[in-house]
Amino acid sequence: MIRLLDLRSEKSGYCFPVSEKMWGILGRRAVDGGFSASSFRRMRSGLVSARSYAAGSKEMTVRDALNSAIDEEMSADPKVFVMGEEVGQYQGAYKITKGLLEKYGPERVYDTPITEAGFTGIGVGAAYAGLKPVVEFMTFNFSMQAIDHIINSAAKSNYMSAGQINVPIVFRGPNGAAAGVGAQHSQCYAAWYASVPGLKVLAPYSAEDARGLLKAAIRDPDPVVFLENELLYGESFPISEEALDSSFCLPIGKAKIEREGKDVTITTFSKMVGFALKAAEKLAEEGISAEVINLRSIRPLDRATINASVRKTSRLVTVEEGFPQHGVCAEICASVVEESFSYLDAPVERIAGADVPMPYAANLERLALPQVEDIVRAAKRACFRSK
Amino acid sequence: MALSRLSLRSNRFLRPSTTAAALPSSIRRHVSTDTTPITIETAVPFESHLCDAPSRSVETSSAEILSFFRDMARMRRMEIAADSLYKSKLIRGFCHLYDGQEALAVGMEAAITRKDAIITSYRDHCTFLGRGGELVDAFSELMGRKRGCSNGKGGSMHFYKKDACFYGGHGIVGAQIPLGCGLAFAQKYSKEEFVTFTLYGDGAANQGQLFEALNIAALWDLPAILVCENNHYGMGTATWRSAKSPAYFKRGDYVPGLKVDGMDALAVKQACKFAKEHALKNGPIVLEMDTYRYHGHSMSDPGSTYRTRDEVSGVRQVRDPIERVRKLLLSHDIATEKELKDMEKEVRKEVDDAVAQAKESPVPEPSELFTNMYVKDCGVESFGADRKELKVTLT
Repeated sequence: MIRLLDLRSEKSGYCFPVSEKMWGILGRRAVDGGFSASSFRRMRSGLVSARSYAAGSKEMTVRDALNSAIDEEMSADPKVFVMGEEVGQYQGAYKITKGLLEKYGPERVYDTPITEAGFTGIGVGAAYAGLKPVVEFMTFNFSMQAIDHIINSAAKSNYMSAGQINVPIVFRGPNGAAAGVGAQHSQCYAAWYASVPGLKVLAPYSAEDARGLLKAAIRDPDPVVFLENELLYGESFPISEEALDSSFCLPIGKAKIEREGKDVTITTFSKMVGFALKAAEKLAEEGISAEVINLRSIRPLDRATINASVRKTSRLVTVEEGFPQHGVCAEICASVVEESFSYLDAPVERIAGADVPMPYAANLERLALPQVEDIVRAAKRACFRSK
Repeated sequence: MALSRLSLRSNRFLRPSTTAAALPSSIRRHVSTDTTPITIETAVPFESHLCDAPSRSVETSSAEILSFFRDMARMRRMEIAADSLYKSKLIRGFCHLYDGQEALAVGMEAAITRKDAIITSYRDHCTFLGRGGELVDAFSELMGRKRGCSNGKGGSMHFYKKDACFYGGHGIVGAQIPLGCGLAFAQKYSKEEFVTFTLYGDGAANQGQLFEALNIAALWDLPAILVCENNHYGMGTATWRSAKSPAYFKRGDYVPGLKVDGMDALAVKQACKFAKEHALKNGPIVLEMDTYRYHGHSMSDPGSTYRTRDEVSGVRQVRDPIERVRKLLLSHDIATEKELKDMEKEVRKEVDDAVAQAKESPVPEPSELFTNMYVKDCGVESFGADRKELKVTLT
């Protein structure tokens, strides 16, 4: 007997037995327009989950995932506190810290003046003394005002002090391009921060990534740069019961194979993972099976997973949104050439943001960022299907 | 017999003093542990901004003044030894010496506990010693040996002693100021009744991050005490050439401040005591310590291209912190000249022994190149110059 979620409301427990045949009828009805596409998706996922009740069929936005992660870690450890511009009364510039001030009070959630160098230094000093700050940069573009503290005061301290002073701090905020925000508000900092020994640099894609990686970052005794993406905040992803548990953490330094494939490896992180998955769909239509790796962790970089995949597929396309020169893609290419040279059947391909400051005009902005067709084209080149 | 010795001594050394009477020599032998309160007037008055200056009468004791002498003598000898080690190329890179400024380190320690935090700039050797650091650990670190307080991985600018709440040792001018306010933040967050002294120079006093951090410290009532060690030169630039307003104790604007004779250990003690009480009740305060460094900015700077040798020797003659304490000890009959000279000899031997011991200490193992990068390594890889030759998995 299978329990079916009531089609009118996802949450009711009303059930009746459903046979495979009936599912087929329901499915056809939906396609014929009897249901909206989204309700069909919800229904379908509900039916899928009906097969195994424990799996759950919840969806969660990245925003809620981040919010719940911070909430749970604050609840579990009184040393965790949040600091940044508009994180408290304003509920967060992007509402990531919504509700936290009301729940935990002004002694755990601090609205700062617009002085990144000052408040970042204060956060690092608090971490020296053993507290666990979660410092928000409204965007990582503003982190440049505080970069000395991130690198010289935080990243290097454990080493310079031979282990006396560790810095359990998280620097988080949106990174990379948003939409139409121009040159000073669109830069990706993954390559800059990931080049620094002593830092850990994470970049979630899905809601599960967001929850698991942020919880791991907050618990981590070392400084973590947590690169979110503004355009992903509102996106919903399915999330498992396991990921919803308050003890859920993802390991730092492990990439995730989002889609298995055998012809070409596509590595990327953050918003580009979605683009790579779309590209993989398109490539599948042309008979190219692409393996999509979601890096999750830029530093430490999961070279093992990347190289194992390339040794399987023999071709590599690396994708990132940031500037191409000295980027994350360059590091991955170098790593693969060094470790898996004889496995490569084609030169490695890089798809990155254009080598220009981000323009404002929509058509130029589109040209300045990787698109799905760019990834598809590069994969085809790697497979010698085009020049 | 004792009496005749006493009268001879008293003719030579007894001067009008505020409280101490001539003591028989048998009692004077024990004064290094004598904690009977004595009150001494500071020579120079305090100048205040937005607060009432503390009294010029400082409560101290023979034991304390004697400890000032010994500790400052030790600090002075350490810095002089570092000078010659640098010239013999046993110390490399940067070496910023503190001789002349010792009163600040000892005066501050006398006013606070080891649970109050101190954070300072790269001119940190004496501050480290004041926090209970060992001479041999200091010299070993300077010479890049394993025994060093940072295992040889930090160097002159990166001494730390976390168990005594000394948070370094910072190379970037001014960075320690927000960090110090962060330490104060943590103290307040944890509801501890302790304060943080964050030390910086007249050069750093113009840094924007100082004002950013001070604004937040004042807004959030953090127990942060900003101590400007005004030695009148930011590297080679005199204060009148770098600051429109060199009244550093007033630069906090809405934050109270106090200007202190930084060459007088007792004045420093009084000011720090006052500041700690203030910070615990009212939030941040700025202390400006008027002090002087005999050496140049660092060992690469002769210190004579931007100031005259007469100026340096003038300060040494009139304001030297150790000489002032020596005069105090002699005029109050707390010790004889010979006793003080013997103490200096002991200190010199202490320092020489520590240098010798440090010279024998081995350099760090090559594997130390990759240690302490993270607390939680979790299988991170790290590479040497030739990554195919030297690759390490951190565990």
